[in-house]
Amino acid sequence: MPVVSPFRAGMLRECWGFRDFIMASVKRDFVSRYLGTQLGFFWAIAQPLAMISIYTLVFARVMRPALAGHDSPFSYSIYLCAGILCWQLFTELLSRSVGVFVHNANLLKKVNLPKLALPVIVALSGLSNFAVVLVLFLGFLVALGSFPWSSLPALIPLLALIVAFALGLGILLGTFNVFYRDIEQGISMLLQFWFWLTPIVYPGRTLPGAFGEVLAWNPMWPIVSFAQSIFLDDRIPPWSSLAYPAIAAAMLLLAALVAFRRLSGEIVDEL
Amino acid sequence: MGHLRVRNLGKAYKRYRRKWGRLAEWIGAGVHHELTWVLRDLTFDVAPGEAVGVIGANGAGKSTLLKLVTGTVRPTSGTCEAGGRVAGLLELGIGFHPDFTGRQNVFMAGQTMGIPGARLRSSMAEIEAFAEIGDYIDQPVRTYSSGMQVRLAFSVATAVRPDILVVDEALSVGDAYFQHKSFDRIRKFRDAGTTLLFVSHSAGAIKTLCDRAILLEHGMLLRDGAPDAVLDYYNALIAAQRADYEIRQGEAMGGRTTRSGTAEASIESIELVRENQAVRAVRSGDAVVVRIAVRINTPLQELSAGVLMRDRLGNDVFGTNTFYLGATRNNLAAGDRANIDFVFPRLALGAGSYSISAALHPGERHTLANYDWWDRALVFQVFPPDGPTSIGVCALEVRVAWHELAGGEAKGITTGRATGPLATTSDARSSKTD
Repeated sequence: MPVVSPFRAGMLRECWGFRDFIMASVKRDFVSRYLGTQLGFFWAIAQPLAMISIYTLVFARVMRPALAGHDSPFSYSIYLCAGILCWQLFTELLSRSVGVFVHNANLLKKVNLPKLALPVIVALSGLSNFAVVLVLFLGFLVALGSFPWSSLPALIPLLALIVAFALGLGILLGTFNVFYRDIEQGISMLLQFWFWLTPIVYPGRTLPGAFGEVLAWNPMWPIVSFAQSIFLDDRIPPWSSLAYPAIAAAMLLLAALVAFRRLSGEIVDEL
Repeated sequence: MGHLRVRNLGKAYKRYRRKWGRLAEWIGAGVHHELTWVLRDLTFDVAPGEAVGVIGANGAGKSTLLKLVTGTVRPTSGTCEAGGRVAGLLELGIGFHPDFTGRQNVFMAGQTMGIPGARLRSSMAEIEAFAEIGDYIDQPVRTYSSGMQVRLAFSVATAVRPDILVVDEALSVGDAYFQHKSFDRIRKFRDAGTTLLFVSHSAGAIKTLCDRAILLEHGMLLRDGAPDAVLDYYNALIAAQRADYEIRQGEAMGGRTTRSGTAEASIESIELVRENQAVRAVRSGDAVVVRIAVRINTPLQELSAGVLMRDRLGNDVFGTNTFYLGATRNNLAAGDRANIDFVFPRLALGAGSYSISAALHPGERHTLANYDWWDRALVFQVFPPDGPTSIGVCALEVRVAWHELAGGEAKGITTGRATGPLATTSDARSSKTD
């Protein structure tokens, strides 16, 4: 039986001790998303589907010249899906982990469980939702006959990077959010800007010079374009293109753990 | 296993003067908070299998102590070392999710307490049986009554015997039947070696369950000892605080005391005197004097003075006057002054708060003519006596006798004698002759 010693941080080992709890929570999240309503499964995919169809309808014709060399009528849809898939995973992980301590106040105040188990649950539950949409997307690609056979395995390290980046930022801001709840509000607004500042709907190279230079600082750009390259061209871009987001993710994770360790004792006091 | 070692344990919450003070501290710009200590310098040990009751007024730090022991709250100073698995029943509902069924919540809750899923599956039937919520186990928890939530929460929390069980007043929510059942389980755990830390306002529960009690007051450990002794100390403490409070209330109510009369004579003051000192709190059975200072304003044929004691709710408890006691004065001149003492050799009032009203009038009653009537002129407190306690507004003198019966026939008196109210009667008579 796992014993939690309350006043010491052996975080990962403690999380492992609560693996039953973590797995059950992920399962509960998944079940409540898909079985909570009569059309549960439909609602879960309806949102990204609606988004993709709107953008396809609105932008497909405008964007076609920008996606030079891709003549298939579905090229833009694939490009869009690849970006939105990554973006959705990122935003779900980020926005949920920013609120994770505050929204689980009831639990944290009553039971002594390793707090870091909560973002772990967020990550696993986000990935399982991602898996559902990914499977649908891959089915679509098979039907089109443009399944990215050779480069698909490169998606796995990319996903790991997205998770690390989102959780690093999410835990850091989630810890601060306990003390300054404005952060959660700010994040949802920030994400709207961030979405349009990332080449998801439009191709990256269409951007004018100065704007493009500013966007180069956006760590999500290399991530998204890596995925777009896999799905659209079945081509793995140079791994070095991920160096910048990887370093950013590592630094954010480090900062998150430092902030969490320094403030975790006060988290329950403030809930 | 099962021991609890608390050393110099303290908990303080940070209070920031300004909203951005915390942010300023994070970036290293000085200290912007003050500490509010809710627990300070607590040191005690609990041996494995020992049952300790924690008592204290609201805000004394009891719940904080339990949270520190379960580990949900981290100490600001000192250490709290628990040997083994701690199960806590803090507040209602141990974090149930309203949309999931009782059964699903049992698993979730069990797992948050670190009980493995396999263990839970094997105990599920027993948890269900103990909670006795029937078919509701497969209904969403939001449809439960609060009592049902407590039943289920208690059943899960105690499904696997913990090394240390920490119980807040969660149990007081359940009905009497379930309280019995849960106390029974706690008792069994205790007998099987579980250490128990138990917060309750129920003296009975503490006395029956606990080997020891600790008293917290303003976050500090005030007493640590046998439950009886600690509870007695606690009761005296709250009685004193209540007396203080009610006296202040009484004085705050000053505007509401009514005074009426035709002012031929007036009451200058009313005092409760014990051992030649004006007091506001006495012990049940003390010798006291109610002293009324009177001044005559116009020449009077006849003057009678009366006192009336009322309880907290305004019920008359005891009243008398100089007419009844055969001590009425006649032919008084303007400007005369007198102190009228009502002497009570044994104030046989039960513990509680009382008021004294006084009146000056001719003859038997103030209804015919009323010189001065001062309602609730003084509020005072009666503490329980040193001897056996009793309830009610009067502290009758009483002895008890057991007559052992065999075959329906009295064999004889074994103890005591029943003198009853004789003593009080003679006291009353003696005060009349004063």
